[in-house]
Amino acid sequence: MRIGDAKQTYVADEAIWTTSTQKFWFSILLLGLLIFPLLANSYLLYLGCLVGIAVISTTGLNILTGFTGLISLGQAGFMGVGAYTVAWLSTNTGLPFPITLLLAGLMAAAVGFLVGLPSLRVKGLYLAIATLAASVFLHFIFAEWESVTGGMEGLSLEPAHLFGVTFRSDFAMYFLIVPLAVLAVLAARNLFRTRIGRAFIAIRDRDISAEILGIPLLRYKLMSFALSSFYAGVAGGLFAYFYRVVTPESFPLTMSIFYLAAVIVGGMGNLLGGILGAAFMTLVPEALKLLTAALTPFFPNAPVFMSPMLEIIFGALIVGFLIFEPHGLAEIWRRVRRFFHLWPFRS
Amino acid sequence: MNILEIDQLSLSFGGVKALEDVSLRVPKDTITTIIGPNGAGKTSLFNCISGFYKPQQGRITYQGKPLDGLRPPKRAGLGLARTFQNIALFRGMTVLDNIKLGAHVHMKTGLLGSLVYFGRARREEMAVREEVERRIIDFLEIDHIRRQPVANLPYGLQKRVELARALAMKPEVLMLDEPVAGMNREEKEDMARFILDIREEWGITILMVEHDMGMVMDISDHIAVLNFGKVIAEGDPGTVQKNPDVIKAYLGNSDIESLRRKLNPNREAA
Repeated sequence: MRIGDAKQTYVADEAIWTTSTQKFWFSILLLGLLIFPLLANSYLLYLGCLVGIAVISTTGLNILTGFTGLISLGQAGFMGVGAYTVAWLSTNTGLPFPITLLLAGLMAAAVGFLVGLPSLRVKGLYLAIATLAASVFLHFIFAEWESVTGGMEGLSLEPAHLFGVTFRSDFAMYFLIVPLAVLAVLAARNLFRTRIGRAFIAIRDRDISAEILGIPLLRYKLMSFALSSFYAGVAGGLFAYFYRVVTPESFPLTMSIFYLAAVIVGGMGNLLGGILGAAFMTLVPEALKLLTAALTPFFPNAPVFMSPMLEIIFGALIVGFLIFEPHGLAEIWRRVRRFFHLWPFRS
Repeated sequence: MNILEIDQLSLSFGGVKALEDVSLRVPKDTITTIIGPNGAGKTSLFNCISGFYKPQQGRITYQGKPLDGLRPPKRAGLGLARTFQNIALFRGMTVLDNIKLGAHVHMKTGLLGSLVYFGRARREEMAVREEVERRIIDFLEIDHIRRQPVANLPYGLQKRVELARALAMKPEVLMLDEPVAGMNREEKEDMARFILDIREEWGITILMVEHDMGMVMDISDHIAVLNFGKVIAEGDPGTVQKNPDVIKAYLGNSDIESLRRKLNPNREAA
């Protein structure tokens, strides 16, 4: 049972980790993330990178949809903007990755800002449709603006580099992606203990009250769109460095839905939920494929039977979560923590 | 001196006249109350002052300057705070975060500062936390619930948290829309005490809409009576109470004796 965590100062009271237990487990997590690539095979390393990218993008969408209450179907489009920015810059200017990634984020933020403009007038599903339109429009630009985007063939690029170090292998990319993902989540965590983050939540919960408290709705909604798109842009930039080829088909509409599902399955308005959701959405389809492979020795026609089933099982899992765990994976995590906090008593 | 002056304000929705030629003064450092039957336009008047409704005619002057054309957030920045008739707290947040949101206009941290939470951003957050704790949470006696989500709290406490949030705005004028509606006697007495203390200790002018006549007559310095969108009486509690138009508006008949006779059997039955 957790007791004796009284605080002497407000700084200590508002820290992210308030107990030494939390600090200990977070250190273990960081250590685990550090050791993982040394032990993992190339397939697990590849998955680790994918989850890292998904975590950054999902956290961004969580800021917008989960915390500010603005539904967006434009996340894949914003990631595309980031990816194309990185591809174009690294091919045409040879800038190192910290600068290209930053510019990718800023470019996506600028596009997100524009897409967010209707959000003062339209909410809910209508905003989803407006962002959907923007996403289709961006896809059109990726495919048709051939002089910059290379049309349907897309762009290929050199690996990320800095000070003579080249991030060519998945092993190297892991050490680029995962620290950025950790940083992205920590920054978001900071955001929600300061005035701007609170203003976002206020707009989600009751926008009229927010205005009465002196929060200009349009400015904060646009800020949320821009920040969310910045995250998407950086994630897209990492995506470009990871695959080293960017085509319009890299960022289909289903990808936007993928991220929205990650936010919902993980738990809207919960940063941990975003992480869990991103991992769930990335890993479960892979796990189902592995299951198929494992079944093949016993049922020779398992692939024939299972491959069309995968999508159905995956969909059913999501629906199941919505029904039985409407607050998302984060809620399960909260219950587990509660159990250990109260142990040996029961709630 | 009048901190807030409303001059010949008219507001209509289509054919319905919500407010008609309403003029009202709110003297500084007073508790001014607007009373009137349901649908008299009290909340509409509040919404005009906050900037949600745009009156077709008339003007509102605050501290000698007209408020025309200012959006609600701007008015909040000028020192006009408000609570709502049906509580408008942020239900997903804790009591502490709700109150801190009140201080939003007095804080400066930008987006980048928020993301790094270091140096000035953190100092500002801590300063706000300390002030909220010392001045507001202590004063309103809500320290035991500061970590709780607002949605779980009983009604009376929610009203108190909403008042706390408005106080965190450091307002010059605090507008309270039915602060004691739906409260029990004890909660009403607490709230009346808080309102008086806010005026005395914080020097905040209070403009209130309230139906509870006992409380209104007890604590108000100045009362305005609205009926069908018009001000029908204005003055101190004693004057307003005796005004025949007011009695008629509330009871529907100026013949008080006959009304008493009508009411008495009911009272005995109850």
